[in-house]
Amino acid sequence: MKRPNLHPLDIKNGKVDLTHGSGGRSMAQLIDDMFRKAFDNDLLNAGNDQACFEAPKGRMVMTTDGFVISPLFFPGGNIGSLAVHGTVNDVAMGGAKPLYLSSSFILEEGFPLADLQKIVQSMAEAASEAGVSIVTGDTKVVEKGKGDGIFITTTGIGVVPDGVAPSGEKARPGDKILINGTLGDHGVAIMSKRENLDFETEILSDSAALNHLVEKMIAVVPEMKVLRDPTRGGLATVLNEVAMQSDVGIKVYEDAIPLRPEVKGACELLGLDPLYVANEGKLIAICAPEDAEKLLEAMKSDPLGKEASIIGEVLEDDHNFVQMETSFGGGRVIDWLAGEQLPRIC
Amino acid sequence: MKYVDEFRDGKAAKGLAKEIATEVVPGQRYHFMEFCGGHTHAVFRYGVQDLLPPEVKMIHGPGCPVCVLPVGRIDNAIALAKENGVTLCTYGDTLRVPGSKRTSLMKLKADGADVRMVYSSMDAIRIASENPDKEIVFFGLGFETTTPPSAMAIKQAQAMGLKNFSVFCNHVLTPSAIMNILESPEVRELGTVPLDGFLGPAHVSAVIGCQPYEFFAEEYGRPVVISGFEPLDVMQSILMLMRQLNTGRAEVENQYSRAVTRLGNLKAQNLVAEVFELRRSFEWRGLGVVPYSALQIKKEFAEFDAEKRFDIPVTSVADNKACECGAILRGMKKPTDCKLFGKGCTPENPMGSCMVSNEGACAAYYSYGRFRDERIPA
Repeated sequence: MKRPNLHPLDIKNGKVDLTHGSGGRSMAQLIDDMFRKAFDNDLLNAGNDQACFEAPKGRMVMTTDGFVISPLFFPGGNIGSLAVHGTVNDVAMGGAKPLYLSSSFILEEGFPLADLQKIVQSMAEAASEAGVSIVTGDTKVVEKGKGDGIFITTTGIGVVPDGVAPSGEKARPGDKILINGTLGDHGVAIMSKRENLDFETEILSDSAALNHLVEKMIAVVPEMKVLRDPTRGGLATVLNEVAMQSDVGIKVYEDAIPLRPEVKGACELLGLDPLYVANEGKLIAICAPEDAEKLLEAMKSDPLGKEASIIGEVLEDDHNFVQMETSFGGGRVIDWLAGEQLPRIC
Repeated sequence: MKYVDEFRDGKAAKGLAKEIATEVVPGQRYHFMEFCGGHTHAVFRYGVQDLLPPEVKMIHGPGCPVCVLPVGRIDNAIALAKENGVTLCTYGDTLRVPGSKRTSLMKLKADGADVRMVYSSMDAIRIASENPDKEIVFFGLGFETTTPPSAMAIKQAQAMGLKNFSVFCNHVLTPSAIMNILESPEVRELGTVPLDGFLGPAHVSAVIGCQPYEFFAEEYGRPVVISGFEPLDVMQSILMLMRQLNTGRAEVENQYSRAVTRLGNLKAQNLVAEVFELRRSFEWRGLGVVPYSALQIKKEFAEFDAEKRFDIPVTSVADNKACECGAILRGMKKPTDCKLFGKGCTPENPMGSCMVSNEGACAAYYSYGRFRDERIPA
């Protein structure tokens, strides 16, 4: 595309300024040289305000998510990869195959173009790994002090295979609950950066797209009842949501819940309970008891499910309590989180 | 996790549970108060009660630092950040403690006040030295465990010549609280309140040692076992208390010998004595005004005393009339005996002190133990 009278985008030293959101040539340049270059696909390259595509047959899902994380760059990812993984996973938790994403950027005046480039690059890589295209988007620039560097909102759509319809109200007494791996990695990776805590081994965020894993799971157990990703609020929150939606009780076994020793140690130090810490590459699945073993096997066959485990079961309970049998041999309730998880004084 | 998992081992717990069960003497009652929130938390989080015979009952004491902080002092802190415009640095779970009129430091922060959560008093010092144009106040609270770090911060501020740092001191003393409970008429009158022994504080005792409790054991005839905060510590301490009762002893024993000595940490004690002195009286949420139960900053360090610097008034705000925190803290009532429990008063919307922090009896009961009681609304 021809753009007269414009210097090339100075990605190395340049910064976002108000002209990048003004609708003028600078904005067109940023979109072309930064976003379109990285996301490169026919629908986006058509250069229209919307992406136009054939509607697939069958049911579709649609979801949206805003990303406002601090720090923007963290061990195991950044806000860009997270913005793709988060939305892809929300689509996948509907049992759907994700197809397209949209992405809206709110940039703060003064944000380094080099950082933006890194973030956009990670988005492109994450999208390509997940097999989705970012087909439309939007860019706005806010004055300095009115944003936190960069906010990204992504929307995703996907198509659900026939016969697949996981939903939070489908858990029944006797059903088994499975998880695809260790808990709390993302939350602790973020927290350790925020609090400047240096651990001997760096804890990486588990941020990942789960759609390929879900595909394998659906192939063996298409009638899977519930699929959820335990993001904010962690496993505890997701289990409480399901218990309430399905009007059942839930029991999990502490011994069966996979936890990295580093994460356990960090939670101990920070006074946090890993059950409430965020994950970005985990899912819980609830299925009929007779399907549990083959589902577990299918999960373990995927790189993102190697540490999968059956962690509990669904019970009849009018109170909709989520209970845990502790490794210690006692029982306790896993309650909704009251407010934010805050470290205890002593 | 090395050095932690060993104290949470299920197999060892089963063994101890068996020993505890065989230690029960028919007709003997074993009602023990765990003083600290740390113990309360462990009892509930690991389900220790499930491993105990029905004769052994745990009563949850007042040792939760944010729970016993009176509303008036929270209001003072809120006023400091709101009206005096200071940067208020505080430990995490203080943020949620409700002041009067449904305010809290968390809500104040949302309103734009500069309230910062810190992990250490030294973080507050760092913030003060990095922001010389701002007034930094450290909200010092807690028992003897958190007092030395506050003393350290004041000494450090003095050494660095900081002119913009002060401490709002709310440090309280464990022995006075125990004495207050033992002196209450219900406990004094034999048989009305079942309190047969104490699980003594873990971290607090690492600082003050075992010695201060010897008086209680002797004067009030109640055994004390200093206990660690891990669930196996708690169970072993319960067994030790039972053995004392069964053999008619009332002594101070130290289960937590890997951290606690008879005299405690003298260096920390000296540091505290250098900076702080006894306060004539202090209001405890749930217990009321308790004489000589708290510390204040000595005159020599007055420039670091937020109470003097900002002329903080003494305000007393009464708890809700239906709130049973006082009776619960003294072991007279259970959380479920309170009309407000689980209805007007929940962890999201605490009305009384015991519901404020995870370590409080009501909050721990609500969050972890509720399923045992059919009467509780879900």
